[in-house]
Amino acid sequence: MSLTAKDKALVKSFFAKIAPKAEDIGNEALSRTLFVFPQTKTYFSHWKDVSPGSAAIRKHGLTVMTGYMDAVEKIDDIANGLLTLSELHAFTLRVDPANFKIITHNVLVVMAMFYPEDFTPEVHVACDKFFGKVNLALSEKYR
Amino acid sequence: MVEWTAEERAAIQDIFNSLDYEDVGPKALQRCLIVYPWCQRYFGGFGNLYNAEAILSNPMVAAHGIVVLHGLDRAMKNMDDIKQTYAELSVLHSEKLHVDPDNFKLLADCLSVVIAGKMGTNFTPEIQAAWQKFLSVVVSALGRQYH
Repeated sequence: MSLTAKDKALVKSFFAKIAPKAEDIGNEALSRTLFVFPQTKTYFSHWKDVSPGSAAIRKHGLTVMTGYMDAVEKIDDIANGLLTLSELHAFTLRVDPANFKIITHNVLVVMAMFYPEDFTPEVHVACDKFFGKVNLALSEKYR
Repeated sequence: MVEWTAEERAAIQDIFNSLDYEDVGPKALQRCLIVYPWCQRYFGGFGNLYNAEAILSNPMVAAHGIVVLHGLDRAMKNMDDIKQTYAELSVLHSEKLHVDPDNFKLLADCLSVVIAGKMGTNFTPEIQAAWQKFLSVVVSALGRQYH
C-alpha cells in the first residue's frame, strides 16, 4: 500500500495546517492511548502521573508528534529516514510493535476531533496509509 | 459476561441519545469504503464506488449506512447480553454475507472517528474508552458464530 503523489500532498498540507497545535494533539493522543488502552501504561511505569493531560504526557506527546512531523519531511523514503528511531524503539525502548497502531489510531481520532471539516475521508485515508508506513519503518530494526 | 459501570452505561446512552443517524450512519460507511477500499467487495450491487466522490454521493451507501447504525440499537438496549442479542446477525454475516470479521473493526474505527468529529472535545478520554469498549464487544459478538 504505497503513497501516491496525491496522498503525499494531502499529508503534507494537513500536517502543515495542524503543526501549530502539535503539542495539544500529541497530549490528547497520548492521553487517550494510555487511558483507553491501559495495557500501554506498562511502558510508562517510571512516570508518576499517567492521568490524561499530565505534564509528562504533554511533554512526551509533543516528542511523538515531532517524530511524525519529521517523518512527513522524509515522506519520500520513510523506511530509511526512521532507521535511528527504529533502533531506539527496538533495542532501547523495546516497545511491542503492535502498540504503534494504537497510538496512530488515537492521533487519527484527535485529528477528527480538532479538525472535523479538514479531516475529510481522503485526508483520513492518506494519513492512515502514511501512519502505516511510519509504523512499518519503526518496526524495521526489530529482528 | 461483560461488566459495565454506571458511567460507561451513561456515556454510551448519551452518545445514542444525541446520535443523528441520518448523518453519522452514511458518514461512517462512506469513510469505511474510502479508507479501507477492500471493504467494497461486499457492495458489488451498490453501483458506482470508483472514487471518493462517487462513494460520497452514492444513495445506496448512505441508506445502508443508516441501516447499519440502527443495527447498533439492539446492542445498546441489551448491553448485558450483546453476545446473545447478535447471535443471529453473526450467523447472517458469516453464512449469508460472507464478511471477513476483521472488517467489523474497520467500520467500528471509522464510526469512532466520525463521532469524534461530531463531538469534538466533548469526546473525552472517558467517553472514548466506554465507546470503544462497547464497539469491541459488538465486534466480538458479530464474529462469534463464525466457524
